[in-house]
Amino acid sequence: MISTVDSLLDAFSYLKIPSETLLTIIIVTSGIIIFTIMAVNTLFAVYFERKVSAFMQDRLGPMEVGIFGFKGGKKFWGGIGQIIADGIKLLTKEDILPNNADKVLMILAPFIIFSGALLTFIGIPLSQNLVVSDFNIGIFYIISMSSVGVIGIILAGWSSNNKWSLYGSMRAAAQIISYEIPIALSLLLVVLVVGSLHLGEIVQWQADNRWFILHSPFSFLAFFIYYISTVAETNRTPFDIPEAESELVAGWMTEYSGFRWSLFFLSEYANILIVSIVASIVFLGGWLSPLHIINVFPESWQLLDGPVLGLFWLFFKAVLLIFVMMWFRWTFPRLRVDQLMYLCWKVFIPFALANLFFVSLWELILK
Amino acid sequence: MEKQLLDKSVIESGEMVLNMGPQHPSTHGVLRLKIHTDGEIVSKIEPIIGYLHRCFEKHCESLPYEQIVPFTDRCDYLASMHMDHAFSITVEKLMDIELPARVEYIRVIVAELQRIASHLIAVGTFGLDVGAITPFTWTLRDRERILDLFETLCGARLLYNYIWPGGLSHDLPPLFIEHTKEFINYFEPKISELNQVLTTNKIFIERSADVGVLPGDVAINYGVTGPSLRGSGINFDLRKNEPYSIYEKFDFEIPVGKGDMGTVGDCWDRYNVRVLEMQESINILRQACSQIPDGDVHEALPKKIRPKIGEVYGRYESARGDVGFYIISNGKNIPLRVKMRSPAFCNLSVLNEISEGWMISDIIANLGSLDIVLGEIDR
Repeated sequence: MISTVDSLLDAFSYLKIPSETLLTIIIVTSGIIIFTIMAVNTLFAVYFERKVSAFMQDRLGPMEVGIFGFKGGKKFWGGIGQIIADGIKLLTKEDILPNNADKVLMILAPFIIFSGALLTFIGIPLSQNLVVSDFNIGIFYIISMSSVGVIGIILAGWSSNNKWSLYGSMRAAAQIISYEIPIALSLLLVVLVVGSLHLGEIVQWQADNRWFILHSPFSFLAFFIYYISTVAETNRTPFDIPEAESELVAGWMTEYSGFRWSLFFLSEYANILIVSIVASIVFLGGWLSPLHIINVFPESWQLLDGPVLGLFWLFFKAVLLIFVMMWFRWTFPRLRVDQLMYLCWKVFIPFALANLFFVSLWELILK
Repeated sequence: MEKQLLDKSVIESGEMVLNMGPQHPSTHGVLRLKIHTDGEIVSKIEPIIGYLHRCFEKHCESLPYEQIVPFTDRCDYLASMHMDHAFSITVEKLMDIELPARVEYIRVIVAELQRIASHLIAVGTFGLDVGAITPFTWTLRDRERILDLFETLCGARLLYNYIWPGGLSHDLPPLFIEHTKEFINYFEPKISELNQVLTTNKIFIERSADVGVLPGDVAINYGVTGPSLRGSGINFDLRKNEPYSIYEKFDFEIPVGKGDMGTVGDCWDRYNVRVLEMQESINILRQACSQIPDGDVHEALPKKIRPKIGEVYGRYESARGDVGFYIISNGKNIPLRVKMRSPAFCNLSVLNEISEGWMISDIIANLGSLDIVLGEIDR
């Protein structure tokens, strides 16, 4: 796999630009592209979420705001302009910093969280050869970068000088750090079987064999441990205790408004996309077409592969997983803090560890 | 405020006082709770009330009886019909008014519809308190039907001013009984839908079973009434124990908490009693709708309400519990004194008792399961 930055460097090398300048331009451009992906993802995810929740709750969701000549109303495009209106509303809101807040940390916190999400995207391949930087330690990088955000959450909760925020951030820190363990353990299982941390190689392994979710009973279980843990990692219902709106008002985001708050929002939905993409890549064959599930027709499946279709398949799988997350959110009540910790430490981690052990035996015996 | 560097000598660990409300999403109005916490564990709760105090009782001392009814509407704004009904039967008791049968039937029909509407809010917001958002919108959707019915009845959706001392403001509109029957047929399956998505949900049971256990004797000592008392396994309902209006004519059960999912008197029991009561209200409605006689609803309406000198206490089973009105009359058209016994006030007083040692999340669940309305507590 070749990273996008490298291929662009090669492509533009005939220009008489110093290589440092060219590198800077390319890196800045890819940063902007990633930011755009995050922003667009948030806009559409919010619209999607509002529509999904509306249909589950016997409502219509946003229906009034039209866009580009599409009028709002009971048509397919009902309320599509809401995504733009939402963005404008957030950016023009009054920006409030409480008097007794620690202003420096409070301003810093959203950017830390945001950069965590932004940096994670660098290592994520969106299709074959479509990755900003092709790490050979891909999974490790993604796990570590997605934990950066928790620093921002603690800072946000502490600097707001609000007891609700503090509760929210303490809960968030405990929860996110705990749930990283089952996530890492279930990804480790994949690494153990494939023998590589490189996401491209993991997908290649699935192209050669079968989707990882169907590789063995243990990887099947690992997928669910991973998926449920990521729901907790992204603070979504039934694990949304850090921002439990009926208990903690808005948790660690209580004192934030306007642009700073929209940065939280952006990173939250970016994280959802990231974990769904990682789940698709690692367990569901990434950019491979669904024909690869068990690899029965080795000749025909190649028709549906390729960089562009790969992008489609990856996002198709990711959006499906995101939809299931939304389904959770609008169906389940919320767990309590101790029940959440119980689930992590006494259910997921022992199962994930046992999983790891048994998959090693499985590999040992079958090979 | 000046910024001070942290002085190590003043750092101490201890209880933190957390102020919940009056602006808080789940204090069910403008209730303020002072919560003493150690981390997430709550050691003491002080409810602070009075943010919605509107001098109801004092107002009553300067208003004719007819004009008090709009004020009773505003006491328990989720069950206005019950408040009007309670006040009206008290005044009627004072004046010895015999009501036509049709009035009594209409009153029972609207009261039971109101009970369903109020319990829908209680059940939905309890779901909301433990984090389930969808059941809340479902219950609001069904409550909307009842409010539509009431709108055809008296033009208002929340504060009806429909039940007057001595009768009703209007007779039923045409087709009201048919629409009520339609609503019942629509609503009955929705209860099992609610049970599927919320009542029997594993996470919901985890959150509410064994939480905030209110033993029966403690409930009686605190004066807890209504579904909260019956959730503790005490079979006490004024509709059966001290029947008013025409409730003795109907065949219905009083559901009590049995501790199906945990201990008797936990949040789940209090919640489930409300769900079961909606079913019983439907049974009453079925019977009332089929038996309702014809007649003139204004027959017994007095021209002027001027009770003889004396005092009276009337009790009524509202959606929240035992509402009492104590009225002293000095023979004028204005009462000398009106005192209201507020069931939600007594129910709220038990919150500290059942919440001690639980977590902040459970406080919210306990409060939600008691189903308070601040309009009634503060009056």
